[in-house]
Amino acid sequence: MSAPLLSVSGLTVALPPGGDRPHAVEDVGFDLARGEILCIVGESGSGKSISAAAIMGLLPRRLPAVAGSIRFGGRDLLRLGKEEMRAIRGREIAMVFQEPMTALNPIMPVGQQIAEVMEAHGEGDAASRRARAIELLAEVRIPSPELAVDAYPFRLSGGQRQRVMIAMALALRPSLLVCDEPTTALDVTTQAQILALVRDLQATRGTGILFVTHDFGVVAEIADRIAVMQHGRIVEIGARDEVLSRPRHDYTRRLIAAVPRLAGREVAPRPAEPPLLAIDGVSKVFWRGGLLSRRTPVHAVRKASLSLARGETLALVGESGSGKSTLARCVVRLVEPSEGEIRIGGTVVTGISQRAFKPFRRRAQMVFQDPFASLNPRRRVGEIVAEGPITHGTPRAEAIARARELLALVGLDPAAATRFPHEFSGGQRQRIGLARALALEPELLVADEPVSALDVSVQAQVLALIADMKKRLGLTMLFITHDLRVASEIADRIAVMRQGEIVETGTPAAIFTRPAHPYTRDLIAAIPGRGWEAARG
Amino acid sequence: MTPAAFAAFLARRLMKAAGVVLGVVIVAFFVVRLAPGDPASVIAGQSGAADAQFMEQLRRQFGLDQPLPVQLWLYVKGVATLDFGVSHRVQRTVASLLVERLPATILLTGTAFAFALAAGVALGAIAARRVGTVADSVVTVLALTFYATPIFWVGLIFILVFAVWLGWLPALGMFTVGADLSGLAAVADVARHLLLPALTLGLFYMALYARLTRASMLEVASQDFVRTARAKGMREGPILRRHVLRNAILPVVGFAGVQAGQLVGGSILVETVFSWPGVGRLAFEALLARDYNLLLGVFIVTSAMAVAINLVTDIVVALVDPRIEVEG
Repeated sequence: MSAPLLSVSGLTVALPPGGDRPHAVEDVGFDLARGEILCIVGESGSGKSISAAAIMGLLPRRLPAVAGSIRFGGRDLLRLGKEEMRAIRGREIAMVFQEPMTALNPIMPVGQQIAEVMEAHGEGDAASRRARAIELLAEVRIPSPELAVDAYPFRLSGGQRQRVMIAMALALRPSLLVCDEPTTALDVTTQAQILALVRDLQATRGTGILFVTHDFGVVAEIADRIAVMQHGRIVEIGARDEVLSRPRHDYTRRLIAAVPRLAGREVAPRPAEPPLLAIDGVSKVFWRGGLLSRRTPVHAVRKASLSLARGETLALVGESGSGKSTLARCVVRLVEPSEGEIRIGGTVVTGISQRAFKPFRRRAQMVFQDPFASLNPRRRVGEIVAEGPITHGTPRAEAIARARELLALVGLDPAAATRFPHEFSGGQRQRIGLARALALEPELLVADEPVSALDVSVQAQVLALIADMKKRLGLTMLFITHDLRVASEIADRIAVMRQGEIVETGTPAAIFTRPAHPYTRDLIAAIPGRGWEAARG
Repeated sequence: MTPAAFAAFLARRLMKAAGVVLGVVIVAFFVVRLAPGDPASVIAGQSGAADAQFMEQLRRQFGLDQPLPVQLWLYVKGVATLDFGVSHRVQRTVASLLVERLPATILLTGTAFAFALAAGVALGAIAARRVGTVADSVVTVLALTFYATPIFWVGLIFILVFAVWLGWLPALGMFTVGADLSGLAAVADVARHLLLPALTLGLFYMALYARLTRASMLEVASQDFVRTARAKGMREGPILRRHVLRNAILPVVGFAGVQAGQLVGGSILVETVFSWPGVGRLAFEALLARDYNLLLGVFIVTSAMAVAINLVTDIVVALVDPRIEVEG
């Protein structure tokens, strides 16, 4: 067997003193063959992105590689000088980053950004570089590349920007491509296209690909081999099917078990009773533009109708921009619908005054997506949780005491009440957000992507907590998510939204086994790792 | 940006600017009317002997006997044709006074603005490039010093050091009196006179822009697309120029445009210290003499200047930043 394309051994990257561990990455070693896709999978803080940055020679100054070697093309990359490493970057090893929105310079045409790679390595002249950029854009299947070459990034969709990033990485035909969560920020259908593109490249060009991700679905879809990282170490490495179906390390087993199951659960029909929440023909139009420019309507929600029986969980599924969050906000009246009617417990709540709506604020509470931005950083957790009841007239001391009980209920130490949000992890903050919503003893919980910012094991815990709360407190829940796996795990019924319209509603079994709408079928086909799902049993 | 889109953008911005100037005219008119007394009583007071009949006659002459809305209408109509009325103090039209004094002020503020922006961005870029080094500290301390020192004091010290002690540069005025120079010699003479006041006015803003540029560059340098540029194998120099500086300068230019109004305000102080024959000093004198028409004229013209500078920076930013068109 020939020498591997890339051979990492004993790689150790130091953390600045005072961290929770001495090394960001410790004694990491793996080989990558030509034309192979190795997935490094792990949760946030596991050191997977740091390992990728070390290979690129892009480690931040405060995180130096202190031991080990990275052998590539007969050299040890860790021993190379700055200029030698620069000459390799972009030419022999290229990288695709996570955030297509911010990874491109906003004020430079994309063609020029692609041409820069060639310019940096002294390839061709301005005209030939431009021609090559157009070629590359065509290769990554961007429509009308002659026009796209002069487009600024903000004119392109997220998927197209990621294609531009890939075109840039491929410009000089590198033999190694490092991808750091390249599809994490993309919608599932776009993700499927990008993954297909990556696999295609590997097959036709024999590029070796190091693919960093947290998503086991993606891993199952594209990996040849898998390395699992935890706390800066590789705990398990092996062939894909080996690791996925017969994981040896305990942590791998836990991670895989935490991935929500994509199952078409059959749910018993509910007895006919008047719904707790009824959404009837609701539309929301936003107006863009102002005083002197032309105002253009943006139809965020079009004639959406839904109803939720008491105690039911309905998952509203859709891609970004489908209007699912806007519809959720209409229910708790953070957004005023343009037309249609919303009834809570039989009472029409659209078009009534803020004062008249106040009791319904109590009955319908919301849990937000971002556990970092949705809690006021200057207030103590106890105050955050107690604020709702206090506004609704509960005496302060009583509300604070109740807040402690609630924190215990969501699995936090009651002493958390006197601490500030930044002292908690993402999962813990989402528990605080849940306690805050529960403090008002709502009947209806509207949860807007409550687990999408969380690591998979934390996500599983929070989902279990939400399910438990729901059962114990008899809550009705509208659960917004882009993740069909999560929806299938938690929901009694699923509604699929696209471009502001609800295209299909049904039980998980109906949606997953007998999808009626073509878009639902596309969405399900795009879920990564469906083959693995069948094998999971 | 396509030419058509740019024309539409320009038309929109020009309309907005015209609206702002109209607003300034109306507000300025009422603010001056709010002050106790009217021009008639001032003139009557200055002439020493005035009876009620003389006052009445003066009021009729100036149109002060008309109802306020009519006065406003007449004034706005006048301003639209560049007729700002007559300065009763010097018995000349305000417009002719402004035409005489405005070039000096434009020269002073323009030079100071260009210097402040160029030097500020350069210093800020150096500090950001060498963040944490001695160069960075020097720039930071320098910027803080000029930022914290009052403009008039800097002016006085400059006069003391460069004009009085060293005798390198003239302290007062815009040209050497009685020298009667022409051609290049005249230009050089004005430039020598311009140096100290322009530096005095510019240093404060240079300090501001240096701090702003440094912060903006450090912020941009930590963004993802800079990492992308490194991953391409680009050298640090081009990364800094093409990716960091071009993005970092946008907020600085935008801020400088908003600041331009203050620059014109600051020039009043500098013109007084250096006896610079601009509108700033004219305003100062008008204020002391309660020359309301002149005061209003200066106020409106300087506001219009600030709006114009704003417009220019908006256009510059729009040309550099392709995203503006969408929000425009």
